[in-house]
Amino acid sequence: MTAPLLSIEDLRVGFSTRHGLVEALRGISLGLHVGETLGIVGESGSGKSVTALAVMRLLDRAGRISAGRISFRGQDITHAPRHVLQPLRGAAMSMIFQNPRAALNPIRTVGLQIADVLRAHEPLSAREARDRAGVLLEAVRIRDPLARLDAYPHELSGGMCQRVMIAMAIACEPALLIADEPTTGLDATTQKTVMDLLSETTARRGMAMVLITHDLGLAAQYCGRIAVMQQGLVVEEAPPHKLFGAPRHAYTRRLVAASPTRQSTIASLLPEASAAPPAAPAVPRGGRLLEVRGLVKRFAGTTAVDDVSFHLDAGESLGLVGESGSGKSTLSRLVCRLLDQTAGSIRFDGTDIGAVPARGFHRNPHRRDIQLVFQDHGGSLNPRFTAFQSIADPLKLLAGLGEGEALQRRVGECAERVGLPAELLGRFPHQLSGGQQARVGIARAIAARPRLLVLDEPTAALDVSVQAVILALLDRLRREEGLSFLFVSHDLNLVRMMCQRIIVLQAGKVVEEGKSDALFAAPRAAYTAELLAAIPHFAPEPSVPGTAG
Amino acid sequence: MSATLRHAGWVLRGNPVTLAAGLGATLMVLLAVFGPALVPYDPVASNVPVALRPPSAAHWFGTDQLGRDVFSRVLVATRLDLLIAASAVTLSFAAGAPIGAFCGYVGGRLDRWVGRLVELLMAFPLFVLAMAMVAAFGNRVENIVIATALINLPFYIRFARAEVNIRRNVGWVEAARASGNSHAQVVLRFLLPNVLPAMAVQISLNLGWAILNVAGLSFLGLGVRPPTPEWGILVAEGARFITAGRWWLVTFPGLALMLAVLCFNLLGDGLRDILDPRLRT
Amino acid sequence: MRAFHGIARRLGQRLLASLPALFGVVVFTFLLMRVLPGDPAAFFASGPNAGPEEVEALRREMGLDQPIPVQLLHYLGDVARGNLGRSLSTGQPVVDDLRRRMPASLELTFCALALALSLALPLGILAALRPNSLTDHAVRLLCTLGVCMPTFVSGLLLIYTFYTLLGWAPDPSGRIDVFVSQPPEVTGFLLVDALLAGDAEAWLAAASQLVLPAATMALFVLAPLARMTRASMLAVLTSDFIRTADALGLSRRQVVLVYALRNALLPVITIMGIVFSTMLGANVLVEKVFSWPGVASYALDALLASDYAPVQGFVLLMAMIFVMVNLAIDVLYGVADPRVNVG
Repeated sequence: MTAPLLSIEDLRVGFSTRHGLVEALRGISLGLHVGETLGIVGESGSGKSVTALAVMRLLDRAGRISAGRISFRGQDITHAPRHVLQPLRGAAMSMIFQNPRAALNPIRTVGLQIADVLRAHEPLSAREARDRAGVLLEAVRIRDPLARLDAYPHELSGGMCQRVMIAMAIACEPALLIADEPTTGLDATTQKTVMDLLSETTARRGMAMVLITHDLGLAAQYCGRIAVMQQGLVVEEAPPHKLFGAPRHAYTRRLVAASPTRQSTIASLLPEASAAPPAAPAVPRGGRLLEVRGLVKRFAGTTAVDDVSFHLDAGESLGLVGESGSGKSTLSRLVCRLLDQTAGSIRFDGTDIGAVPARGFHRNPHRRDIQLVFQDHGGSLNPRFTAFQSIADPLKLLAGLGEGEALQRRVGECAERVGLPAELLGRFPHQLSGGQQARVGIARAIAARPRLLVLDEPTAALDVSVQAVILALLDRLRREEGLSFLFVSHDLNLVRMMCQRIIVLQAGKVVEEGKSDALFAAPRAAYTAELLAAIPHFAPEPSVPGTAG
Repeated sequence: MSATLRHAGWVLRGNPVTLAAGLGATLMVLLAVFGPALVPYDPVASNVPVALRPPSAAHWFGTDQLGRDVFSRVLVATRLDLLIAASAVTLSFAAGAPIGAFCGYVGGRLDRWVGRLVELLMAFPLFVLAMAMVAAFGNRVENIVIATALINLPFYIRFARAEVNIRRNVGWVEAARASGNSHAQVVLRFLLPNVLPAMAVQISLNLGWAILNVAGLSFLGLGVRPPTPEWGILVAEGARFITAGRWWLVTFPGLALMLAVLCFNLLGDGLRDILDPRLRT
Repeated sequence: MRAFHGIARRLGQRLLASLPALFGVVVFTFLLMRVLPGDPAAFFASGPNAGPEEVEALRREMGLDQPIPVQLLHYLGDVARGNLGRSLSTGQPVVDDLRRRMPASLELTFCALALALSLALPLGILAALRPNSLTDHAVRLLCTLGVCMPTFVSGLLLIYTFYTLLGWAPDPSGRIDVFVSQPPEVTGFLLVDALLAGDAEAWLAAASQLVLPAATMALFVLAPLARMTRASMLAVLTSDFIRTADALGLSRRQVVLVYALRNALLPVITIMGIVFSTMLGANVLVEKVFSWPGVASYALDALLASDYAPVQGFVLLMAMIFVMVNLAIDVLYGVADPRVNVG
């Protein structure tokens, strides 16, 4: 075996914060050969991005490499000064980032930005650099590349910006490309095209790639080897089939189980949660709870929701799937009566609540029946309210409880139902973890005993292991409290697990509706099929441990 | 509440500049209240034999052309200057914050128009406007207050509007609506408490600006009239003797003016840290 | 071409949008005139001993016996024709007075602005490049002190130091030493006229008179400009696209000057409007301190002498300058930021 392209030995990185030194990397070792692809997977705070930034020597002022060694092509670059690094960066090792639109200079044309990279490493005239930039844009499959040279980043979509980023990163044919969450924030279908492009490009040019992601499935699909990181350590490193077939470390096992696949169920996401009671029998389906007819919402010129009709029975869980801009969030706000529709009717339990204007709905008796759980749990909590005050607010206003023992008791009850320790009730949102914030948000939503819970991407901002716990909690609550769910998500897998029926939205219109299993097995609409194909699938052998349970 | 105090203490320990500014501002207010009782000389009584004396043990800040004690005059002026500035800022806050918060929450066409108008007003030479207003309304203290309040108004409207606007669509406002709060309750119970800390910072910074404005106007001979001791007037009177080398007539009232503005500015910056709950641990 | 059209359209829109503001100022100055204490006719009459008939005749002549809306229309007509009335104190039409004194004020303001920018930008950038360094602390101290210093005090202290104590600066009165012959007037800007005439002595004399007042005013706006430059440069330097530029091996020079600085200047451009208008306000104080024969001191003298036509004219002039400055800033911003031309 030849010497590795990149080798990291016992790397330690510390950040000085107001609470003293925090170790982000606690001695990790990784190696990468020419042309190899390595996935680094971990949840937030695991140190995966810090690893990438340390390799590129791009840590910000607070971060410092305290021990260990990074060598690239045998050259020690652990403490190399800028004049040594600069010729390497871009030419020998490149990096692309999350949120491609922000990663590009907003006031410089993309052609010039690519040319800047080329001219930083090669003696080219402006003309030659521009020509090369055009060729590169073509290589990343941007249509009409010569016209796009003069485009500014804001004139391109997020996916296009990431392709431009890729063009810049491969411009000088580096031997190593580090991709830090390159598709986070992009739609599933865009994610697939960008990842395919990335993997083809690196393979064709014989580049080594490090893919950093929180998505185990994505890493498995595109990488030859995966390193799993937890709290600044690499806990396991193996090829994907080994990692999924026989994970050795307990954390890997949990992570593998918690990552939703086509086969997983709510229960299989948490194989170790044996303490969870056996699922309560589903509440018998009642009568029609919600009936939406011909719902339309227009905002200044654009139609966000276009003639949508659906229904929901009592005790049922309905999934609402769509990519960004599909109108799913608007639809959920309309159903919750936080927004007035342009046309159409919303009947709840027989009464036309769509006829009640949103501004006066807080006085309507049905206000307590329909509650909302948000995507950004931290952002949905008033920063000046403690957890107790947040949960108590709907109780005071909707359940008519005054300050006193009854209120105390009910808030305590709600906290217990969602698994929020009572001692956390006095804390402010910023003093709670993401999972705890989610629990407070859910407790607030169920406090006034609603009948319909609208969940707007309730786990999109959470790590997979927390997501698994929250999904299980929601599913249990639904059964036990006899709730109906309108579950909004971009993730078909989640919706399949959580819902009996699914509606697929595209550009404000319903393109398909059907039973979850049927829709998954045989999608009728082309768009649904496209969405399904875009889900990263990593289980080459379906024998994923945990599915049995 | 004790948590807030503890947090304030923690911030102040790590931030001696704010502590000093806070003490300075407190001292200014105390001087404004008790100053007239503490001065060694009558601030308006002339004593021509000792006219234009440089600073000495008897007259710490020297004497002016009529032999009046500059120290006493500077000290006594604190009350008038702070009072005018504080009333002006209170007036513009009381009027501007609700207007701004209302526009910011309601949004739509009204909000856009108010926003554009305020932006335009802010780019206008406001000091010139204040001059014109004082001249038109008459040369009285109340009119200085009104003029200063009016030129401060757009800042408060813009500030409250922007602060409410960025929070209008945040999750916790929607959550509050879903929990059964009316629009009015959302503004009063949720938005205002979240906006107030930022407004407090603005008030403190604005106080400094208002003091500069008031002194500037009286320096020009608009508003407060001599022989009333007022920092701007003291500087204006001293200006006539500066080329003759009588530096103390300008320097001491100027220094007082600067210190007052400095204290309120630094305090404003410090308040931001104290009142932001996200910095609490 | 596309960019040019965008800017032209934006310019047109902004011009239209500022018309109501301009109209508002005209109406405002008119109303100020109306609520002024006392009877305008009495002021405009030959003197305090003018008889009631004379005042009455004058009132009719000035149209003061008409209803207010009619008077407003007349006034608007006058303004549109460029007739701003006559100054009592100088006896000249206000427009002529303003025109004669305008270059003095503009020369002072522009020099001060240039001085402030040439100091504030490098200081702000230096401070941002090395946060928490000695330079940074020094710049922040300067910014904090700068906004606290009233122009009239700093101006007087500069006079005391450089004229009274050191004797380096000339007598702080007027634009040019009385013993130096003025260059023939072409633009009204003494520095330019002296250059055109090739008169080195006059240029030096004018420049030395200008240094102190310009420095005074520059000090006043230095702080907000440097503070904004530092803050926006700091924000830009930690932004994603700077990290990208670093990650792809662009030179430090390219990263700081082309990628960071150009983006950091955008917010600085937007506050230029406010900075310029505070300078117009500070002009009044500085012109008074240095006996500068500009429009502001003219208006102030008139104001103190209860001569209101010049004040009205002055406020209108400021409004006009303000509209033009804001248009110029808009164009500048449109050139600097491609994003504004969309939509």
